Amino acid sequence: MSRILEKPRTVVSPEHCKGCGLCVMACPKDCLMQLATFNSKGYHPSSYKGEGCTGCGMCFYSCPEPAAITVYKKGAEYPDD
Amino acid sequence: MAKLILQKPKGFYDSFYRKPGDKENTHYCPGCGHGIIHKLIAEAIEDFGIGDRTIMVSPVGCSVFVYYYFNTGNIQVAHGRAPAVATGIKRANPNSIVISYQGDGDLAAIGGNNILQAANRGEHITVFFVNNAIYGMTGGQLAPTTLPGMKTSTTPYGRDIQNEGPPMKVVELLSSLDGPTYLERTAVMSNASIAKTRKAIRKALQCQIDGLGFSMVEMLSACNSGWKVDPKEQYKWMEEMMLPTFPLGVVKDVREEREGWFRETRTMTDEAIKQELDLTMPEPTIFPSELKKGSYHNPSIKLAGFGGQGILSAGAMLANAGMEQALETSWIPSYGPEMRGGTAYCFVNLSNKPIGSPTVTNPDVLMAFNRPSLEKFEAEVKPGGLLMYDSTIIDIEPTRKDIEVLPVPATQIAEDLGNTRMANTVMVGAYIAQTGIMAPAAIDQTLPLALKRKTMVDANKKALAAGVDYVMSR
Ligand SMILES: Cc1ncc(C[n+]2csc(CCOP(=O)(O)OP(=O)(O)O)c2C)c(N)n1
Ligand code: SF4
Ligand code: SF4
Ligand code: SF4
Ligand SMILES: [Mg+2]
Repeated sequence: MSRILEKPRTVVSPEHCKGCGLCVMACPKDCLMQLATFNSKGYHPSSYKGEGCTGCGMCFYSCPEPAAITVYKKGAEYPDD
Repeated sequence: MAKLILQKPKGFYDSFYRKPGDKENTHYCPGCGHGIIHKLIAEAIEDFGIGDRTIMVSPVGCSVFVYYYFNTGNIQVAHGRAPAVATGIKRANPNSIVISYQGDGDLAAIGGNNILQAANRGEHITVFFVNNAIYGMTGGQLAPTTLPGMKTSTTPYGRDIQNEGPPMKVVELLSSLDGPTYLERTAVMSNASIAKTRKAIRKALQCQIDGLGFSMVEMLSACNSGWKVDPKEQYKWMEEMMLPTFPLGVVKDVREEREGWFRETRTMTDEAIKQELDLTMPEPTIFPSELKKGSYHNPSIKLAGFGGQGILSAGAMLANAGMEQALETSWIPSYGPEMRGGTAYCFVNLSNKPIGSPTVTNPDVLMAFNRPSLEKFEAEVKPGGLLMYDSTIIDIEPTRKDIEVLPVPATQIAEDLGNTRMANTVMVGAYIAQTGIMAPAAIDQTLPLALKRKTMVDANKKALAAGVDYVMSR
């Protein structure tokens, strides 16, 4: 199932993240954070705080890992979990 | 229409299948600038729809594995040589989009002249130059672009410009040439600078797509491991250390003044090439071999022994004769630094079809002239192949049962003829007799080419005949 998003949101894939923190620094809305938990490679992955994303994409372009960050803008089709 | 979802660009492979182990993530350190730059390039390739005609040339350096990631044509080349290889690819395929991806050690140090010449020719390629002011891959040595005062493993007290000179400003250097069309320096160190880099990458690619000539973007990029700074501090470091030396911006842009053009490829027939080079080839004198004992067609041959045993000349005898018999032929030597006593190998291919690679990993025929060669290479012979060895000086026997084994007391036969140095020629005689691949007269005819001492030609003809006789009378 998927749905059309009314609000933008960013998703970090914890296993693709190397915990560099660049996306956290890049987000102008301060809506990303690093988790205290470890992923399987021993990094603290970043995560969306759940509020405030404008879909500006800056975190996406700041991230060195190809598949770590996906930004869904307003009106995007979002795969429901 | 702007994309509603920003996700892993299609310029990347879905799965990095060439990469050992983890096929999802890059091999780069957390926070490495290469990863960000890869993403910007992959996105541009997707957006421009050029994936099917793009060829990435990967350098030596941390980005040596560019070919793991990009869903394009890929080739990885020798250190610093990417502009030369890119030139060849582009000229042979003028419709392709050729990207030379290089680090600062690769481009500005060992490959300095390569980039200079390609830029000067105005070669229709795009260079993405990742300047992180250090040799990242090898553990943080000084690069031509290392900053004044910057500590590296080879400048433990910091770069001293009286000792190492000042940092090299590559785009400025290239801008003094008439060749290049578009040169810009950007940085990957903030949202705004990343957005500018993204634009510059697109301009550089568009320049090539439009046939406007040489384009290059120098990108200041983080190597937190090499600099020994935390990724969270890396951009501050760049601002303080890199920006004072490397000003950002367009250094040269004459796209408006240039007219797009695309090279015509010219293919020449063999006949045309011969005519052009004024090569009038005499018809070869073919000596039909009446020796037909075995049936070894188109053999890949490895000859191995000590330097000084005439390994390379034995190979040359076969190769020269092969050419005269109008066979496709290759001969390449491989030897240690010693003139005598070191190892000496050579590879020979004789074929009535074009030869792909001149190297021979699994030979059809192995000629072993000393014990270490037999021990080392016996296992490499193809099943059903032929192993010949000098049984005068090799005191062990081969153990393989799935190959034909022919011991030849070559050194003894040569000594009986008065000179042990002709054991190589005896072995060649034994080989042609065993296989019937060519007549002794074919080798006789070209012996003067393979022998350094021309006075030895007649003696070697006898040695060749003795090798033939040894096999024919077995
Ligand atoms: C012919 C040759 N010389 C030297 C080396 C060792 N070497 C490997 S990578 C490298 C420098 C890489 O630096 P750079 O191009 O800046 O790439 P980075 O890793 O910083 O991205 C050197 C000198 C080599 N592999 N081959
Ligand atoms: S898209 Fe923009 S606002 Fe949303 S998380 Fe990323 S950087 Fe923050
Ligand atoms: S920039 Fe990418 S790799 Fe780094 S912490 Fe953020 S999501 Fe993870
Ligand atoms: S050593 Fe430097 S350039 Fe190489 S992967 Fe690590 S951060 Fe990147
Ligand atoms: Mg470097």
